[in-house]
Amino acid sequence: MGVDKSTVDRIAHLAKLEFSDSEKEGILKDMNKMLDFVEQLNEVDTEGVEPLIYMVQEEGDLREDVVKLEISQEEALKNAPDKDTDFIKVPKVLKK
Amino acid sequence: MISQEIVDKYEIVVGLEIHAQLQTKSKAYSSDPNEFGVDPNTNVSPITLGHPGTLPRFNKSTLEYGVRLGLACSSKINYENQFARKNYFYADLPKGYQITQDKTPLCTEGFIDIEDDSKKHKRIGITRIHMEEDSGKSIHDLDPYNTLIDLNRAGVPLLEIVSEPDIRSPQEAYNYLTEVRKLVRYLEICDGNMEEGSMRCDANVSVRIKGSDTFGERTETKNLNSIRNVYRAIEFEAKRQIEILENGGEIHMETRGFDAVTGQTISQRSKEMAHDYRYFPEPDLQVVFVDENYIEEVKTKLPPLPNELKEKYINSYSLSTYDAEVITEEKYFALYFEELTNSTSNYKSAANWMMGSIKSFLNEQAISIQEFKIKPSQIAELIDLIDEGKVSNTIATQKIFPAMLENHETNPRDIAEKNQWIQQSDTSALDEFVNEVLEKYPEKVKEYQDGKTGLLGLFMGEIMKLSKGKADPKLTNQLLRNKLDL
Repeated sequence: MGVDKSTVDRIAHLAKLEFSDSEKEGILKDMNKMLDFVEQLNEVDTEGVEPLIYMVQEEGDLREDVVKLEISQEEALKNAPDKDTDFIKVPKVLKK
Repeated sequence: MISQEIVDKYEIVVGLEIHAQLQTKSKAYSSDPNEFGVDPNTNVSPITLGHPGTLPRFNKSTLEYGVRLGLACSSKINYENQFARKNYFYADLPKGYQITQDKTPLCTEGFIDIEDDSKKHKRIGITRIHMEEDSGKSIHDLDPYNTLIDLNRAGVPLLEIVSEPDIRSPQEAYNYLTEVRKLVRYLEICDGNMEEGSMRCDANVSVRIKGSDTFGERTETKNLNSIRNVYRAIEFEAKRQIEILENGGEIHMETRGFDAVTGQTISQRSKEMAHDYRYFPEPDLQVVFVDENYIEEVKTKLPPLPNELKEKYINSYSLSTYDAEVITEEKYFALYFEELTNSTSNYKSAANWMMGSIKSFLNEQAISIQEFKIKPSQIAELIDLIDEGKVSNTIATQKIFPAMLENHETNPRDIAEKNQWIQQSDTSALDEFVNEVLEKYPEKVKEYQDGKTGLLGLFMGEIMKLSKGKADPKLTNQLLRNKLDL
């Protein structure tokens, strides 16, 4: 299954990213390379084998419902590219 | 405008998706506080912020609350619970995916009983209830140039409750939502406050010609913020669809919003441009197993449920449906009544006290029953006093009850005795009835005294009614004559 230009457009749209045509060419090549690599797995017969989701087949440990506040508002906002004292700022989004 | 006759040819089909914010202490997958109304971006953690290298850890309480609701809706509880990633890109979703459940919802095949438009019993199927997390909040109207993001809400645990398309009218949707809200409040898993967004509703609406066995194309109206608005949106949306179909058009699957001012639904995005969520299993969270022992444990801790109580009050206590509904509307009000009826078997009188004097006092003071200082046992004692004929109903409601409110430590018997409100002898109890009846019919008294002595029977009858037939006829006759014969 190869990737074509419309797939690249679609994935870019879902990730809310814009690319120039030359960038898209590069992405197209990279993505096809990745898929070709993963394609090798299809050589293995997995008929009737349950997909492996977890590396450890153990029951998940549940966390007690206890509050721990580990960072401050200032720390929380530290990595935001744009912010004021309270909020993270992003470009205007009108409708979800 | 389309005529009612044409509207009546169609049947409305509705399924509701409800998101209920859970009242846990910490968030679904991290330990930062789940708390409303604090400064923006203060209740956050590296996990909530989606920092690389962080790992989510699943909150015990989320599971327990989900199982509670599942049991209350008679659902099957799923044994093996996987989490899944629902991928979409939006500024208030820092990780770029929501952790939810996809193929293994916690609860399936449940139901909730409601009343249909003609007040008949109707069962609405619950397809699934699954656990997920809320997103942050985008604020569009505070800054003219930017959207502001507050991530306090990000990661707050939610239950999504998906109904079968069993709902057939706006009123049924209204009744269903009211029932769900009552249930989550009884279970104390969500405050059910739609206006504040802690319970939210999306409505899937379609129409079809009555008798048709296939569904019409549906639209989804999002983010309805009150039960009333769910009603209005469905009503509008069904009419809109009927109009399109009647004019030879077709309905397209799309997401719509609701404008509460105009009462109209507005197209937001069509499904052709719909999200592709690319669900896949969440590898960062292990499977959670829910075994029979655990389910039993949660079951034994369940509070009495509103429908069970309502049924008991109607069938075993012989209360009217209306009375039973009013009493079970709110959990602690119903629990007070439960305690009260443990101490008295005069259920009707107990109901009257709850819905009369007690409810009006609570309303007057704008307080809840939990803040009400008089104990159920004291009200039961007051009811006993009336039933024993020691005090009249009037004295009880107008004198003793207010005195108990003044000083809630004292018991009604002491109050009555101290104030000499106890009807000491049969004569004094009867006296009150006699006076009440004579005051009620001044013209008849005059007619009697003018010679129409046959009216004595009318007075006797009224007194008997008042005394619930317990008045001694001979004594009553005597008392009446004493008063009437000048």
